Amino acid sequence: MPELKFTDYFKSYPDKEGHFGPYGGRFVGETLMGAIYELEEAYEQYRNDPQFIAEMDKDLADFVGRPSPVYFAENWTKKLGGAQIYLKREDLNHTGAHKVNNTIGQALLAKRMGKTRIIAETGAGQHGVATATVAARLGLECIVYMGAEDVQRQAQNVYRMKLLGAEVVPVQSGAKTLKDALNEALRDWVTNVDNTFYIIGTVAGPHPYPAMVRDFQAVIGREAKNQMLNATGKLPDALVACIGGGSNAIGLFYPFIEDESVAMYGVEGAGHGIESGQHSAPLCAGTPGVLHGNRTYLMQNKAGQITATHSISAGLDYPGVGPEHAWLKDIGRANYVCVTDDEALEAFHELTRTEGIIPALETSHALAYVKKLAPTMSSDQTILVNVSGRGDKDMHTVAAMAGLSF
Amino acid sequence: MSRISECFANLKADGQTALIPYVTAGDPEPWVTVPLLHALVDAGADIIELGVPFSDPMSDGPVIQKACERALKNDVTLQHVLDMVRQFRDKNKTTPIVLMGYDNPIEAMGYAVFAEKAAEAGVDGVLTVDSPPEESSVLRQELDKYEIDSIYLVAPTTSAERMQRIASFAKGFIYYVSIKGVTGTAALDVSEVRGKLAQLRQYTDLPLGVGFGIRDGQSAAAVSEIADAVVIGSTLVRCIEEHEKRPEALPAAVAGLLAEMRHAINARDLASA
Repeated sequence: MPELKFTDYFKSYPDKEGHFGPYGGRFVGETLMGAIYELEEAYEQYRNDPQFIAEMDKDLADFVGRPSPVYFAENWTKKLGGAQIYLKREDLNHTGAHKVNNTIGQALLAKRMGKTRIIAETGAGQHGVATATVAARLGLECIVYMGAEDVQRQAQNVYRMKLLGAEVVPVQSGAKTLKDALNEALRDWVTNVDNTFYIIGTVAGPHPYPAMVRDFQAVIGREAKNQMLNATGKLPDALVACIGGGSNAIGLFYPFIEDESVAMYGVEGAGHGIESGQHSAPLCAGTPGVLHGNRTYLMQNKAGQITATHSISAGLDYPGVGPEHAWLKDIGRANYVCVTDDEALEAFHELTRTEGIIPALETSHALAYVKKLAPTMSSDQTILVNVSGRGDKDMHTVAAMAGLSF
Repeated sequence: MSRISECFANLKADGQTALIPYVTAGDPEPWVTVPLLHALVDAGADIIELGVPFSDPMSDGPVIQKACERALKNDVTLQHVLDMVRQFRDKNKTTPIVLMGYDNPIEAMGYAVFAEKAAEAGVDGVLTVDSPPEESSVLRQELDKYEIDSIYLVAPTTSAERMQRIASFAKGFIYYVSIKGVTGTAALDVSEVRGKLAQLRQYTDLPLGVGFGIRDGQSAAAVSEIADAVVIGSTLVRCIEEHEKRPEALPAAVAGLLAEMRHAINARDLASA
């Protein structure tokens, strides 16, 4: 185990082969190796290109509506009794979640690389919608792979993608959820590698995706750092974010990694409870392995087969997690915890009623952990929680829990 | 000399092209695999590629995906696959076996443990499709200890520089993926493959096998003209799928299909001799 010193973190990870310690890397078939080197080269070329940055910043401001506010949840703070709770309002972004920060960046890159066809995988549909949105705007063909089960439970987002001109392909293989959509998108990419750009929605996949998606999402943490300093005169004491693949969490955490006074909590989906085996919490209950282009913590059996996952939230229903989170766990920089479906639902209702903000079910996992954490802290301490998305897409799921249907 | 190198040396002396069938271990039922392997050898297989089932076979098309699902329904593990190889070796000491699959089941067993067990069972080569040379140095070192060949892929998208690098790590033979795509989905273009193989031969003396997109005797014969080995996968696995409900008839049916390919290749080899 390395020493707990994080002052050299930014310049150390990932290394030039895309490794975060033993995690990350480029585990793909030979046919894709050329494409991921081409992408890495393009990303290295444009990430510091003033014109590229200016174009992206303009889109983030005028099209997405950034910066997203930080809001002091006064009612909820009083109710929980303890640390002051601040909400980073990614739910107010255009398309309703943090996902668009990344799709804007990758689509601009695709355009510069001369790719005419965009593919994406999606779980809850938020990344699919955010991809279809930017593709519509840039006039690019867009195909979104989505597990057949997710197509059922996120019907509204499927329709949004179709309205935006995307083709939504229901994936029937395996468990018919997010991991299978990722497999299918990778198969498409192998087949159409010449003209196709694969916009991965989270900090997973082969290098450079985990680092690139993190960099595009890190706008969340950069803004939040300034906003918290302005609002409270100091850095927050704790950050909380939900984790499926981990893009909203790493987006919030990353700019704070070298600020060692800031505690970080990533919240996974415990589903029906870790002991039930029906969950999606690889960092809390999984083991390292290789899937979807990188080495990371996975939900797998002893024979190395990926096991079925469960979460009430389609966006968390994934057996892996971004490799940088795996590394932050091992070096002890971030804490990874989990909450059940029921705890997430309770937090969903509580924020809705106390603050008038309806959060996504994914986000509700982060909120449920805040309910546990805040009362253990003092009233002069602050928690910043990432409200990664809004709950509009989850109305059917939540209503069904109450026995209602539309 | 490894069993694979010896096999290619013998074939070369006879002016023959190697025929390499692929089947997924444990598909559709575990007991079928060993009799099937023997039947394939009888039908003219020179080397066998034995697929290790994986839950998320990202580089494979629907045919082999479903084969993995059938095998995994019976909980076929890497350990079971090694047991099958050992059983095969009871009767067959000469036909090389290459395990083909994905990194994770091997990593779950542990690279060192796997290499030792694979050597013990009589495995001759290992091809992990999602683990390019850059990521497989640790596994390669373990396999080297037991003189098990690390087989690598070269694709239509592989640059000349990468070809050279891959050739420097490869052992046994190099597997050229003839199409951009997953297994069993498109037909290959022989003239395009010919050009790539010629380029690859500048960097290696290893035999070159061609796979992905060979469906019948005709395409097998065409590829045998330009390659040292012809790999047949999805076409055989589709035949296995058709016999899912009567697996007892399966070894003969699959072997029959392979024999047609052998016949077509031999006719071509003879014509050019």
